[in-house]
Amino acid sequence: MHSLKYEAPSALGDAIALLAQASGTSRILAGGTDVIVQIETDLIEPELVVDIKKIPDLRGIAVENGAFRVGAAVTGMELMDHQAFCKAWPGVVDGVKLIGSMQIKGRATMGGNLCNASPAADSVPALIAAGAIVRIAGPNGAREVAVEHIPAGPGRTSLAKGEIIVSFAFPPRPPRTGDAYLRMTPRTEMDIAVVGVGVNIALDADGVCTAARVALGAVAPTALLVEEAGAALIGSRLDAPALDRLAQAAAAACRPIDDKRGTREYRVKVAGVLARRAALLALERARQNI
Amino acid sequence: MTRKYHVAATVNGDEYEYLCEPQQTLLDALRDELMLTGTKEGCATGDCGACTVMVDGAMICACLMLAVEADGKKIETIEGMAQGEDLHPLQRNFLELNGLQCGICTPGILIAAKVLLDRNPDPTETEVRYWLAGNLCRCTGYDKIIRSVLAAAREMRGA
Repeated sequence: MHSLKYEAPSALGDAIALLAQASGTSRILAGGTDVIVQIETDLIEPELVVDIKKIPDLRGIAVENGAFRVGAAVTGMELMDHQAFCKAWPGVVDGVKLIGSMQIKGRATMGGNLCNASPAADSVPALIAAGAIVRIAGPNGAREVAVEHIPAGPGRTSLAKGEIIVSFAFPPRPPRTGDAYLRMTPRTEMDIAVVGVGVNIALDADGVCTAARVALGAVAPTALLVEEAGAALIGSRLDAPALDRLAQAAAAACRPIDDKRGTREYRVKVAGVLARRAALLALERARQNI
Repeated sequence: MTRKYHVAATVNGDEYEYLCEPQQTLLDALRDELMLTGTKEGCATGDCGACTVMVDGAMICACLMLAVEADGKKIETIEGMAQGEDLHPLQRNFLELNGLQCGICTPGILIAAKVLLDRNPDPTETEVRYWLAGNLCRCTGYDKIIRSVLAAAREMRGA
């Protein structure tokens, strides 16, 4: 029987020090929807759990210089109930809405969804497409990296010992921008993505795409930013040839596994189909966002 | 020797205190320390919703929260739903329309349905089904549950 210690500091520096000085296995506790299951099923036996929910920096949704900053421990429901954020980033909210049941979203956080590092995490492709930056605090100071650089493989992140994701910084959201996230699951609800696609676009006044980011989930060991897929849309009005190029680029980027929820061939095919649909939804939203 | 943690929380308006070990869940504490056994354990992995409770206004699975985290929190469980002998309209409609068979899923479904009706007094059948997607029932086939929720919603709207 291992001995577990629980700490819930209210200062970020104390949380970092506790994690940096821990000699054995330690875990950050935010929503706990993954970590607590792992502890209760003895998948992990940490000696230290640091609950970060009492640290104010991690809890709020704020606008800074015209752009959103979302604390890493903000729950899914808090985000879904934030009208201004939902209006600015409907695609990110699409992803968050798909993280488990309403009960799960009462606790689950985007920081946890990212750090649990499942290749199928629903908010992650949407965050990558959004161009969100994570602000990290650690024993060697603060740093900022793009969301796509955090997952390092299934269940692994690029965070160093003692580092904590504090918040997600989103870019400003000018008119004629829109994002969307779609996923394929065998069931309607309460399932894990077989493929997930996030698309974020900007249009000029004539409706021509000037910027596009496309990210895929569940088709590789980590969520992928697919630059070729974004490039396929830029300069187009998201017409049929551009959507064909998008679908081809998305499918070409897939390196999926074969498992009971989807074969390799199926995932590759669906990645192209979903990329197309997500792009059209992002287009519709960008046209409405004036 | 594992350290025990002292927790003081409000449950259904009453002050409670308990000692817990750090790996105990809120569900363990409610059932084993406070003897509030209305909240059920189904899967213990957050998939079935049988242990749905409210913590500081958020609807969560009590199996996915550590008991020690509850310190200073306001918790609402199924034991707080009826006012004395007066059942909540949801409870009464579940009884009248046979919205339960074995009853294990029922407390969690009642809590979840109440949150839905607080947020949306006039949900569509589809909205009820999506909202309750995290509450599994292996007896009823869901139809009677959905009908009970919709009937309670009508009654509560006075329609």
